[in-house]
Amino acid sequence: MFGDYSIGDLSSIFVMQGFAGLILFSVYVLMALGLAIIFGQMGVINMAHGEFMILGAYVTYLCSSFFQSHLPSLFPIYFFVAMGLAFLASGAMGMLVEWGLIRHLYKRPLDTLLATWGLSLILQQAYRSIFGPREVGVELPSWMMGSVQVTDTIEVQINGLFVMGVTIVITLGVAALIFYSRFGQQIRAVMSNRTMAGAVGIDTERVDRLTFGLGCGIAGIAGSAFTMIGSTGPTSGQLYIVDTFLIVVFGGAASLLGTIASAFSISQTQSTLEFFLSGSMAKVLTLLAVVAILMLRPQGLFTLKVRR
Amino acid sequence: MAKDTRDTETGLGSPLRRKLLMGLAGVPALAMMPRGAFAAPPTSAVNTTGLAVTDTEVTVGILHSATGTMAISETGSIQAEKLAIEQINAAGGVLGRKIKIIQEDGASDWPTFAEKAKKLLVNDKCASVMGCWTSASRKAALPVFEQYNGLLYYPTFYEGLEQSKNVIYTGQEATQQILESLNWVAKEKGAKSFFMIGSDYIWPRTSNKIARKHIENVLKTKVVGEEYFPLGHTQFNSVINKLKLTKPDVIFTDVVGGSNVAFYKQLKAAGIDLSKQTLLTISVTEDEIDGIGGENIAGAYSCMKYFQSLKNPNNEKFVPAFKKMWGEKTVIGDVTQAAYLGPFLWKMAVEKAGSFDVDKVVAASPGLEFKEAPEGYVKIHPNHHLWSKTRVARAKTDGQFEVVYESPELIEPNPFPKGYQ
Repeated sequence: MFGDYSIGDLSSIFVMQGFAGLILFSVYVLMALGLAIIFGQMGVINMAHGEFMILGAYVTYLCSSFFQSHLPSLFPIYFFVAMGLAFLASGAMGMLVEWGLIRHLYKRPLDTLLATWGLSLILQQAYRSIFGPREVGVELPSWMMGSVQVTDTIEVQINGLFVMGVTIVITLGVAALIFYSRFGQQIRAVMSNRTMAGAVGIDTERVDRLTFGLGCGIAGIAGSAFTMIGSTGPTSGQLYIVDTFLIVVFGGAASLLGTIASAFSISQTQSTLEFFLSGSMAKVLTLLAVVAILMLRPQGLFTLKVRR
Repeated sequence: MAKDTRDTETGLGSPLRRKLLMGLAGVPALAMMPRGAFAAPPTSAVNTTGLAVTDTEVTVGILHSATGTMAISETGSIQAEKLAIEQINAAGGVLGRKIKIIQEDGASDWPTFAEKAKKLLVNDKCASVMGCWTSASRKAALPVFEQYNGLLYYPTFYEGLEQSKNVIYTGQEATQQILESLNWVAKEKGAKSFFMIGSDYIWPRTSNKIARKHIENVLKTKVVGEEYFPLGHTQFNSVINKLKLTKPDVIFTDVVGGSNVAFYKQLKAAGIDLSKQTLLTISVTEDEIDGIGGENIAGAYSCMKYFQSLKNPNNEKFVPAFKKMWGEKTVIGDVTQAAYLGPFLWKMAVEKAGSFDVDKVVAASPGLEFKEAPEGYVKIHPNHHLWSKTRVARAKTDGQFEVVYESPELIEPNPFPKGYQ
């Protein structure tokens, strides 16, 4: 395969390929983070995760049309506003869903699977009725398009860099929130022992609602960021849900560090295999590897010691 | 509905009356009378198989996905079929009968297509059905149409390798769409190497197989890569790096659905400039560009039989009529136009046969010419596909295409191409 190419060509391709792997890593972390919080911390299997992402994407779409027609001078920076609004919209929707649906099901975790799957169908049809069945095109400011020319042969995508930046900021933010803030302490307390946490005066219902809202809000940001690289349609959320669960389960459900490690290993395997084999084959081998590892280590890569 | 059935049953149940009518139908003078000079011919004469035909109405089914993943694509077809039926009704209907539509939702789920097809044929007794979009939905519904002797007008361009008495294929089969455009790109761009990228299912795989045979055996050039990605795949950076490494003259794509959007966005972001790199696609119409964004795909070449920007008198009437009914912002892609042909081809076949009976309509179909087609002119081949032209067009930033090449002649449909399988 490489016989015909010069060393220079090959090395720059490998640099770009390494970068492609990192982009995939960021994308995976971003989409899995919200679910890791909800599934990992609360034990709720949120099948509507993809739809919360797409809500963020639609908010971005609405923002882009609004800025284009009303505030064209601010169009270059609309994306930051859109991400903020996407967080708020998905977060608010998440809290509403938690209040109306999820909180009645904490004792029946498997039923949350069915309930949130139903919710995902309802949301899909709602998007279809509101925005139409066709995909919408989200226009991006021109500075976010194209690539940076590093050397003659190495090019790096700007939107890839942007997604990486967003992922780093969000991950650090979430880590700080969970491990260093008072609210984070409460989340961890509720997670390790709900009854005890309640007994020492933590409002567990409020913590649940905010945690769920936080997870959904992050999904919204992810959806907003993904308008740069993917499609925005009523069912686009379905494209992400399988990969997302894969990463969270593989990483060990209750561990944020595990999510990151698992996103890293899956994305690097996938992207390297995709380069040397074909797309479908890469997916098959990645999934096989994940299945094999999960058979040996059913609890995932990382686990927390939790007294149940 | 119950009333309709009773009507037709009486018609069938009276042997004397039936004989009389058959005798009458044989009178040559009657056949020579100009159509429309009389009131509609009696129901019992034009419907001997118990279809839902009354003296004033005939029922036609529409079977597409209005919900689910495929709603993105199938909405246009539903709209076109409704427009065609409305126009036919406004012009007096079929054999003096207005078309009544029963619409069913396949919901992007293939078994549902089979179930709903059965409902349309068995319960509703539809005289014909306009429907299906993906090959999978067609394959699911086909046995039903064959078992109950229904008639399906199928609008999508597809991989070929199929021919059924009960289906009229109004889109192009793969060789019609692909071969001419490959010849064009080889001649016009001097293309020597091709990289093929597709979604992983039957249509792209069969199409690429045909394309590869043509590239290697006829054009004597080479394929430097052939890649498939699962449906819904959203990350194309690795394959884009492979494109950068192999530097093919032509990127040949048949990626579908949400993947399509991701692919072009990432291609553009990776700095592959479609004004310099030739990209030929057989899966992007105006509908897809809506989601991809014109600025992301401008410069790519698409080969189809129809583009909204076609300049001919038929199309100049069709486009405004479509926009008037469905809104200024709607776009019309290849399949939408093909779906528009269905009701008209059925109407012409019914009128030629002088009957709604499926067997007679099928027998009357080959050789029918439709001169008012927005794509220009089409003719039904005995193999139930259409003779049609193939066009290559270049995507512009406004989401429309500019036609750069049109095959000089109509291309014969050849669903079972020898040497390409």
